[in-house]
Amino acid sequence: MWTWFHRLASPPSFYRFADRLAPWLLGLGLLLLAVGCYGGLFIAPADYQQGDAFRVIYVHVPAAALSLFVYVLMAVAGAIALVWRMKLAECAVVAAAPIGASFTALALVTGMLWGKPTWGAYWVWDARLTSELVLLFLYLGVIGLNQAYSDARTAARACAWLALVGVVNVPIVHYSVQWWNSLHQGSTILSLEAVRDPKISSSMLWPLLLTLSGSFAFFFAVWLRRLQNEVVARERGANWVRDCVLQAPLAAVSNEQSGMTGPELDPSMQSRQGRQRHGEPRGAD
Amino acid sequence: MNAMLDAAWAVFVRELRLALRRPAEATQPLVFYCVLALLFPLGLAAQDVGLRAFAPAIVWVSALLAALLGIERLFRADVDDGTLEQWLLADVPFPMLVGAKLAAQWLLIAAPLIVAAPLIALALNLQPQAIGVLLLGLLFGTPVLVFSGGFAAALTVGAPRAGLLIPILVLPMMCPALIFGAGAVRAAQVGLSVEGPLYFLAAMMVLSLTLLPWAAAGALRNALE
Amino acid sequence: MANEGRYCKSQERRRVPHRLHCARNFPALAMSPLSVSDLAVSRGDRTVFSGLSFRVEPGEILHVQGRNGAGKTTLLETLGGLRVQIAGTIAGGPGASERHWLGHRSALNAALTPLENLRFWCALNGAGDSELLPALDQLGVKAQRNRLCGTLSTGQRRRVALSRLLAVKRPWWFLDEPLAGIDAAGLQLITQLLAAHAGEGGTAVVTSHQALPDSLPRLRALALDA
Repeated sequence: MWTWFHRLASPPSFYRFADRLAPWLLGLGLLLLAVGCYGGLFIAPADYQQGDAFRVIYVHVPAAALSLFVYVLMAVAGAIALVWRMKLAECAVVAAAPIGASFTALALVTGMLWGKPTWGAYWVWDARLTSELVLLFLYLGVIGLNQAYSDARTAARACAWLALVGVVNVPIVHYSVQWWNSLHQGSTILSLEAVRDPKISSSMLWPLLLTLSGSFAFFFAVWLRRLQNEVVARERGANWVRDCVLQAPLAAVSNEQSGMTGPELDPSMQSRQGRQRHGEPRGAD
Repeated sequence: MNAMLDAAWAVFVRELRLALRRPAEATQPLVFYCVLALLFPLGLAAQDVGLRAFAPAIVWVSALLAALLGIERLFRADVDDGTLEQWLLADVPFPMLVGAKLAAQWLLIAAPLIVAAPLIALALNLQPQAIGVLLLGLLFGTPVLVFSGGFAAALTVGAPRAGLLIPILVLPMMCPALIFGAGAVRAAQVGLSVEGPLYFLAAMMVLSLTLLPWAAAGALRNALE
Repeated sequence: MANEGRYCKSQERRRVPHRLHCARNFPALAMSPLSVSDLAVSRGDRTVFSGLSFRVEPGEILHVQGRNGAGKTTLLETLGGLRVQIAGTIAGGPGASERHWLGHRSALNAALTPLENLRFWCALNGAGDSELLPALDQLGVKAQRNRLCGTLSTGQRRRVALSRLLAVKRPWWFLDEPLAGIDAAGLQLITQLLAAHAGEGGTAVVTSHQALPDSLPRLRALALDA
């Protein structure tokens, strides 16, 4: 188990592993999402209180769950990156941040859409909403910090520090907002638990479980792909990238584009496979 | 152990000496804080009764912004002239030196804010019984503001264009302090118990004082590499 | 420990008087050589050099040469402990209180005087500051000791920075471009300092674009150009 883990951490073997796994995960995720959405939107009965508005939970709950899960994942990867100086973990931090931010934004938007018919307002300073908003800022901080450095490695390690401090901060924020909220006596805020907990009927539950697991599979598929890009961009000077990543698509494309000849890579070609950070040609290394 | 404390003390004294050399720069946060807090009433109607209700938030947000003023330059001079290299190489734990620097910054930035707070509170019509709670809250809360600002400055020290990023980085760390700090004052205003939020603030202060110097030191080491 | 003992014995056979001399100036620990094997260091994503192996014996002056970007400063930073290598080992290096690190930046705050800057440095390192004035005097910047560093010339600041080497005795010197901005008289002064240091059994690793004078004892060059 451990040696397998160790081998996986080397960029080339990870790349091949991700290449095999990602399509399956993506297919599985989309299938689960499709079935779950169909079940949620057409099969599950309308809520007797909220009517059809409750159906937003089939998007909202998975997005909210993932927004927290991805952050914890990022912090764990950050800790690994800082303690063992593992390149793959550094890539994992910066690859996860934009996906997590998207899920957080999705959770916020769907929450607001649900809030309008239910609470009568798009935004309420509810504890969950507020801490989700702060979480979005944490993600934006990581993304911004990653962009601010010209050197990918320094950027990723700075992001890892931020993710670590942030993960300590998330519960503090959550409790502080909860406490702050309870100070307003008598405000009529419906908590989300009230919707989720009470005797949710199985016809409503199974689509939710499907979209939830589908979202996780979808996240891992996207994350693996982003990780692959990140790894290739970092290792663009290495031999294995030349051999196993760039050769195949290069050959395919150079057949189509008659203008591109010779062994030297065009930078725009490279960014097809890996996001280019410095815009410098690979030969500079 | 003694050598460690001596080194930390040397860092502390050096910060104060540098501030004395540039008094205009050192008083900037205080001036900014007073101006900001005293501009708020001008935005309301004269004799507005709502001012009292907003007073805790005004004092705290002003303190927060004043603590952020110029924080991005905190480590830049020391990185640029090579001083931080010497800190890293000294036979003293680096986080301790960073902590000493941040503690000195607290004394320079935040202590004047606390001293000026009663006057501002009076100007904002805050009830006298709430002023003590305000000061206690600021005493516990401002270390959180300064230390998290220092952490953000350490994170961005290697990225010259990151000045705009600092508000985003510190917002999540500062909002609990703001909530409890202003919350304690509001509780005092209506005669509720203030112990809960103050304990929470004190716990956050301890957490920041112990953890953030390590995180800031790690970020600085990373930026220097 | 066993390694070190073997090394000292062979040293003794070869150069007995010199060894006795060193023992007086620097503790025995400092006598172990610095050996670097298969070192690879990267700056961010870029591997600056790899597969570098060499050895520095006590009493030697190693002149690290190379074109711009060859990794002179990177190597020095790694040896000095500011940077972590991605591969290879550095054995027998000095501890924190056995080395002087002088980067290309002088570590002098412009708003403090030379004396304040150096006193702070001594306190940071737990060293006494009684030798500061003689050291500043020897480097010819004693008269400027109470002026703000921001008003000093580049060469003067460099001299102030170098006076650390004399103010606190340490067996290992890592100097990054110590000759930058230094005039002819300064060059001679630094040559003397290095010669005296090597004579006492101390070791120096120096990066420099300029050639170091041949008169230096036990001067060895390490070219980084690959």
